[in-house]
Amino acid sequence: MREAVAGERPSGAAGPNAAEDELVRPDWRPVLARSVVLRRDRVRGADLLLLPERVVVLRGAAAAIVALCDGERDVAGIVAELRRRHPGAPVGDEVPVFLGRLRAERWLR
Amino acid sequence: MSVAPEPPWALLAELTHGCPLRCAYCSNPVKLNSRSEELTGDEWGDVLRQAADLGVVQTHLSGGEPLLRRDLRDIVAAADAAGIHTQLVTSGVGLHEARLAGLVDAGLRSVQLSVQHADPARADLIAGARATGAKERAARLVREAGLPLGLNAVLHRANLDALDALVELGLDWGADRIELANTQFYGWALRNRDALLPDPDQVDRARGTLERWRARLGGRMELVWVAPDYVDATAKPCMGGWGAVSLTVAPDGTVLPCPAAAELLGADAPNVRDRPLDWIWRESPAFTRYRGEGWMREPCRSCELRTVDFGGCRCQAHALTGDAARTDPACHRSPDHGVVRALVEAARGPAPDHPGYAYREGGT
Repeated sequence: MREAVAGERPSGAAGPNAAEDELVRPDWRPVLARSVVLRRDRVRGADLLLLPERVVVLRGAAAAIVALCDGERDVAGIVAELRRRHPGAPVGDEVPVFLGRLRAERWLR
Repeated sequence: MSVAPEPPWALLAELTHGCPLRCAYCSNPVKLNSRSEELTGDEWGDVLRQAADLGVVQTHLSGGEPLLRRDLRDIVAAADAAGIHTQLVTSGVGLHEARLAGLVDAGLRSVQLSVQHADPARADLIAGARATGAKERAARLVREAGLPLGLNAVLHRANLDALDALVELGLDWGADRIELANTQFYGWALRNRDALLPDPDQVDRARGTLERWRARLGGRMELVWVAPDYVDATAKPCMGGWGAVSLTVAPDGTVLPCPAAAELLGADAPNVRDRPLDWIWRESPAFTRYRGEGWMREPCRSCELRTVDFGGCRCQAHALTGDAARTDPACHRSPDHGVVRALVEAARGPAPDHPGYAYREGGT
């Protein structure tokens, strides 16, 4: 099973617990669940999240955001880093929502 | 000549046909590989590296019972080193704490555990072995190790009416997901078809039960339904198309577009001991034979469903008609569908007390 997730435009298509989106706190230190692997796919030239029964193709800035989820940086730190890399981008609004979606899917904890 | 195929995403690694269970619904071929024919751990490592180079990102380490391989840990490590996500597909028999810790340490990401029935005595009858205690322990160990736990319950005449108990068992054991997989009739399951094929009313009731549980669970535990193609009279999109998404490597190194394709391909099935995996995927006659739509005849050729079901299952067409290029007889549009419908109609009525399964021999 494959699907695509875009980083820069979080849509309304969140997981079963979409309400959790609102609970993203700036001091949460997101890290990928043990069963989830972020991988550069050199054969397809794509960034992937590998899960037990599915593969998620990350689009846009999604992979760069997930790569910052190392369990050390908190959400505020991730936003600050992305703001430094992309001045003027609406990261402060969009990144926490995106991280909340991934947590609702139980890909981040 | 056809265009180059897309790279495969997944590899089903059948590490051994040996198994402590003898499930009546097993899709392993009736002619099982012996242990002495199996690829070595080094050969598996090589296969996994070749697969990764080809584009494979996921592997299901299966069998038989993969825990019978003493070198399983090395095989997991080889897959992980190649960047392939690993899931162990197991009966749970032989999964002790130290064994699991070693596998997790080697990079194992997920475990799928088979369950036959929530009632231990009935489960034993289906599996031809006693295993419920081992399964319950395995589930607990997987949860304690922090890995996601999937249960796979193959559904048939003897357990479709016990779906509530299966879902409750999944909740009890802390599963993230239950695959409720109606029996697909290949290998031993085809041999046991008369005993396994459900009354269509059972399937209707089970669907109702499934919908009630989905509404109640609201995503807390994922319930996946694998449809009964005979009863639904609908061809499945088998393997996402022949040689399109994934490949299977059998214990002896035979490479197949689908786990059931050994019988269809016979001596034409390629082997990793003879050829590079890249050639097998891209060019071998076995993989190109039913790739795409060029092989299709009517009614598939002009059917709007051909992009949805890819003509159904080649192995099933072969098993039921002797011709793998015919429309899958499970499809109500197939000229051979009468064969399937007669079987389904004959399955109406109460089940006998003892189903009289033919159990596989030469397991371990």
